Amino acid sequence: MNNPIIHIARFIVLVLIQVLVLNNVNLFGYLNPYIYILFIILLPATLNQNRILIFSFLIGLTMDMFGDSGGVHACACLVIAYLRPLVLRFSFGISYDYQTLRFNNIPFGARLNYIVIMVFLHHFVMFALEIFNISDILTILKKTLFNGLFSALIIVCITILFSRKRI
Amino acid sequence: MQQILSFLLRNQNTLLFLILFSIGFGFTVESHSYHKSKWISSTNFLSGSIFGVGNSVGSYFDLKETNDVLVEENLRLRDELERYRNTTSQNTTIDSTSFTSPYRFYDAKVISNNYSKKNNYLLINRGSKDSIKPDMGVISSKGLIGIVEESTTNYSRIISILNSNLEINVGLKKSNHFGTLNWNGESPYFIQLTDVGRLAPIKVGDTIITSGNSNIFPKGILVGTIKTFNIDQSKSYYTIDIELFNDMTNLGPVYIIENMAKDDIESLIDTDNTNE
Repeated sequence: MNNPIIHIARFIVLVLIQVLVLNNVNLFGYLNPYIYILFIILLPATLNQNRILIFSFLIGLTMDMFGDSGGVHACACLVIAYLRPLVLRFSFGISYDYQTLRFNNIPFGARLNYIVIMVFLHHFVMFALEIFNISDILTILKKTLFNGLFSALIIVCITILFSRKRI
Repeated sequence: MQQILSFLLRNQNTLLFLILFSIGFGFTVESHSYHKSKWISSTNFLSGSIFGVGNSVGSYFDLKETNDVLVEENLRLRDELERYRNTTSQNTTIDSTSFTSPYRFYDAKVISNNYSKKNNYLLINRGSKDSIKPDMGVISSKGLIGIVEESTTNYSRIISILNSNLEINVGLKKSNHFGTLNWNGESPYFIQLTDVGRLAPIKVGDTIITSGNSNIFPKGILVGTIKTFNIDQSKSYYTIDIELFNDMTNLGPVYIIENMAKDDIESLIDTDNTNE
């Protein structure tokens, strides 16, 4: 599971899916799921925090390059990468501290908790920076809520579909 | 020294976070000002070719619709040509060497289209190789689309009219009143027109066209029709909602307009300013 090839492949596949397909969804005019943060969510918990920050910055910058959005995605990804240890400890409790975490062995509730917190943090920072105007706070919150629900739903579905758990 | 080093090592993650975040934040701030975001741009080779491949697959899906639009435009142009031929009929000969318009048109195709953000950009498959330069106008068969902001060898980035940083001078078709077109970031089907004077005769359904006051667009490019309007009592200017002729959510072939007389006009304006 900690094979670097898997993570590199996941990086490329997620970026391509996001750029070529999901950025063109525009459900009801403005709803786009951002699933590429699955890359950050699934980075191994044992990985050095420095590298997590750098990889997250890279995937964010790639998204910005394709979307012409300045540094919006890069900043949002950095924030969730920086807060990831806190979120992991909050959602998974003791098992994170012993570094024995295996993503597919965690109960569904804790996983859902982790994904939802990460998605909403990312979306809030992203839309706040994209709109960049405090008087539009309602638009920011509205976009965060609806896009966040959409993204979280799809990310949870993907993690269920591709989970390696043998039944 | 020892303490400084150990402090740096202890807080290395926070420091790395702060450094990278300020870089990203710098890009963000830069992207919020018009004509500034040059660092992280989709006009590079990698993203351009990926969008190109994506578009070459995707364009088959609305081939029929695109054809209908083009046929409709051909019909209109043929109509105009016929009318023109009739008016300048038998007795005149056209000297083709002196028959010059200052505008030259290039064709292009939109390969990446954004409209759900507050500041949207488009990417087209023509670049400086095809003599596309920044500040040329972009239109489709139905109306105004945007202005070329940056071009590399093979691709150009267009600042869409659905971008809250862009302001274009447009006016009423039936009179010479004009104002400023600026999107408020909400619906991709409607755009806002401000600074139209209180005395302008405005009705719902009036057509809005480019005014030709800027030297980017010729006069008479279609923009849209007036949907609603209200007047700000304190300012004595109208605020008008315009329904766009273009469906900005579905763009295919576009035209790029080069104003050959632009340098002349600009040098005139410059000498004017220095004289004053």
